[in-house]
Amino acid sequence: MTATTASPRGATEQLATFWLDGDLYGVEVEHVQEVLRSQNLTRVPLAPAAVAGLINLRGQVVTAIELRERLGLTPRPEGTDAVVIVVRLHGEAVSLLVDSIADVVDVDVRDFESPPDTMDGRARELIRGAYKLDGQLLLALDVNRAVGA
Amino acid sequence: MDGMDEIVGEFLVESYENLDQLDRDLVALEQDPQARELLASVFRTIHTIKGTSGFLAFNKLEAVAHVGENLLAKLRDGVMTMTPGVADVLLQMVDTVRALLTQIEVDGTEGAVEVDAAVASIKAVLDAGAAPAAAAPAPEVAPAAEEPVAAAVVEAPVVLAPVVPAPALPPAAESAPAEAPTSRRTAADSSIRVDVEVLDALMRLTGELVLTRNQIMQKVASGVDMDLLRASQRLNLIAGELQEGVMKTRMQPIDHLWSKLPRVVRDLGAQCGRQVRLEMVGADTELDRTLLEAVKDPLTHLVRNSVDHGIEAPADRLAAGKTAEGVLTLRARHESGQVVVEVADDGAGIDPAKVGAKAVERGLVTADALARMSPADVLQLIFLPGFSTAAAVTNVSGRGVGMDVVKTNIESIGGTIEVESVAGAGTVCRLRIPLTLAIVPALTIESAGDRYAIPQISLQELVALDAEKAATALEDVGGAPVYRLRGELLPLVTLADVLGLASERTDGHVVIAVLRSEGRRFGLIVDRVINTEEIVVKGVGGQLKSIGLYSGATILGDGAVALILDVQALARRALRTEASDRQESRAAVTTVVEERQRMLLAAIGGGRQVAIPLDTVTRLEQVKTSAVERVGSREVVQYRGAILPIVRLDRHLGAFGDTDSDTLEVVVYADHGRSVAIVVEEILDIVDGEAAVRSDIDDLGLVGSAVFGDRVTELLDVRAAILAADPSFFSAPLTTDATTDAAGVPSGLLEV
Repeated sequence: MTATTASPRGATEQLATFWLDGDLYGVEVEHVQEVLRSQNLTRVPLAPAAVAGLINLRGQVVTAIELRERLGLTPRPEGTDAVVIVVRLHGEAVSLLVDSIADVVDVDVRDFESPPDTMDGRARELIRGAYKLDGQLLLALDVNRAVGA
Repeated sequence: MDGMDEIVGEFLVESYENLDQLDRDLVALEQDPQARELLASVFRTIHTIKGTSGFLAFNKLEAVAHVGENLLAKLRDGVMTMTPGVADVLLQMVDTVRALLTQIEVDGTEGAVEVDAAVASIKAVLDAGAAPAAAAPAPEVAPAAEEPVAAAVVEAPVVLAPVVPAPALPPAAESAPAEAPTSRRTAADSSIRVDVEVLDALMRLTGELVLTRNQIMQKVASGVDMDLLRASQRLNLIAGELQEGVMKTRMQPIDHLWSKLPRVVRDLGAQCGRQVRLEMVGADTELDRTLLEAVKDPLTHLVRNSVDHGIEAPADRLAAGKTAEGVLTLRARHESGQVVVEVADDGAGIDPAKVGAKAVERGLVTADALARMSPADVLQLIFLPGFSTAAAVTNVSGRGVGMDVVKTNIESIGGTIEVESVAGAGTVCRLRIPLTLAIVPALTIESAGDRYAIPQISLQELVALDAEKAATALEDVGGAPVYRLRGELLPLVTLADVLGLASERTDGHVVIAVLRSEGRRFGLIVDRVINTEEIVVKGVGGQLKSIGLYSGATILGDGAVALILDVQALARRALRTEASDRQESRAAVTTVVEERQRMLLAAIGGGRQVAIPLDTVTRLEQVKTSAVERVGSREVVQYRGAILPIVRLDRHLGAFGDTDSDTLEVVVYADHGRSVAIVVEEILDIVDGEAAVRSDIDDLGLVGSAVFGDRVTELLDVRAAILAADPSFFSAPLTTDATTDAAGVPSGLLEV
């Protein structure tokens, strides 16, 4: 809860990271409630394409957003299970479907850069920017926008 | 009398609480005399007590509160300022009020409590006018109610402390005066205020418990452990009662709101020169407390609107051929997990042309757009901000909230509002308020491989057609599929089509759930019916709500999530409106033919229940399973020296019953000296059924279905069941009793 009380300058930020179609993404760790193995999804006919369905989170009904669809990526290959990241925003739980979960990493805000101007498509609205890690870019996801399917 | 006691009781509880607050506020006020909010709060409290005590004819109380209010008004208006002296007399007033309340609680009267002293000292302060501060001998801030004696301020003519059991009832009136029977609980003790969040948490946990219970019940039903079975049945019972209890803590009848309206209507009617009779239907409809609170203002506003703008002046009414007295009707009911509250008047109605013209004039809509709108849509313009239909700004309208605020308020709790009006005949404002916390009985069905829940309240009956029957029974009118349900054309909607999916039912069987919404009836074709169960309604996120097909989601016994279908939205999406009137008028006619019948309700396994007309039942018996013998392909049992053919209803009707039990529950039907034993799983109840005779669905061994106590119940075709057990039962009567008809079944069942 108190992870980001410090000033942003020069400080570090903790991101929970995950893989999506070969890229590494991250969301602020304080938004993340829990991570679950693949869950039974109840599909919602006529819902926006990014709504993968509903899951039962210990008696709570939570909407699952397919991040691949949301970011305009190709569908997840057949036979691979998604991992569910449950995030809590404004007191409401929403879950994001990703390929696999990675570590929680401390990133230095000085390594942050806004998205390149050449980036377009759906992803542009949803990605705050990138952290330049060693040999890897970590794309920071704007969770609020991502769940606003 | 009881009603009165209740009102007094509520008044007491409320007042005690207010008084405690008042003590704190007054002291705080003394420290910060400029705190306008505090002053306003204190003023309101005293004003409320004054008003209510006047209404309840507690004259002393009213007198004290009245002078107190005058003093507070002066303070509020800045004519006087708060000083310790003023605070003292106000605190003295609080003590006097408290003493009066205690007395009222003891014997319902104000008794001999002395109030003159308090009144006099307040009056003295009042008389001293704007500059009493110097006169006060300034005893330091009295710690609240401790020393009312300090009232001896100013040149009061009478300066005695009130004859009060002085340090009256500290926090919550825990001890009534000695003369009261000690066992008596005080009003403040018998009820407590609980944080709504605590109730919410309880509610959520109970919901969880119910779901877990469902899961356990499912598992246990397939096992053989008797102890576990008993324990689980106990769990079932307790969970059910707990659920009911927790629900109750949050539910209040809408009457709590409505009870204040007769007065509003009366006063307003007098003020506007209208004669209005207020009628209330469904005052016992319960809804969640917080929702009740939220609809209070909108509802009051709608009622005011109806009296002020809806109902015409008596002379106008007479001229229009109506009675001089207008009727304002409040209706509340549950519908599809929502509470529907209507405010209806038989007044002049709203003229769409006028509304449209006004909206254009106010720049709320362009003339072009208006021209494209239907009259019903035009009416909804009254909910736009900046719209007021009052021809003149009256004392009544022109203040308070407008219709746009009503709409905003209702929408903020997830409700909707719509207005219907017939020029010259009246206006109906309809609020739909969700019951997101509710646990509702629902039918679970399957369509295109997914399960959905349909609230039982929308469900009228189920019709199952086998492939052969379906091929001919489903017709179409100009391309619209219909089914003839007892001679009426029932428009059909296929759920899978609505959802944009492909039905997985390929065997030609058709299952129709007959649903009713807003007076319209339609058939929803589903792939199969699964079960009836109690479901906990869970909210869904905004993006799913906006699809407009689902009212929520729920978690089924196996832990899977199922969407709850919004029957109203479904109807609106799939049906045109014209059909509704015709259907309603026909429905009114058909009810005449319906007859009351006593029905025996029995479970037959697989969650299904059947109703058997009680007049066809001779006896209820239990038969040992071991006593069942086989004669050819049939089962029989020896019973009272005769051979009784057995029909097992579960097999007969294609349910999957549990046939492992040691004893069989048997319904014995006897006629003409012959008997047949109808085996059911469990005898449930005997109810009064207002069921129409339904004989056109002659497949499946049923004559139709109806809803008893929120459950879909199949009406057993007794004749078919008996024939299944004994094909010669009716054709070869052993005795020749000429008075019964040939079939031997009560004629009511055979009539078409």
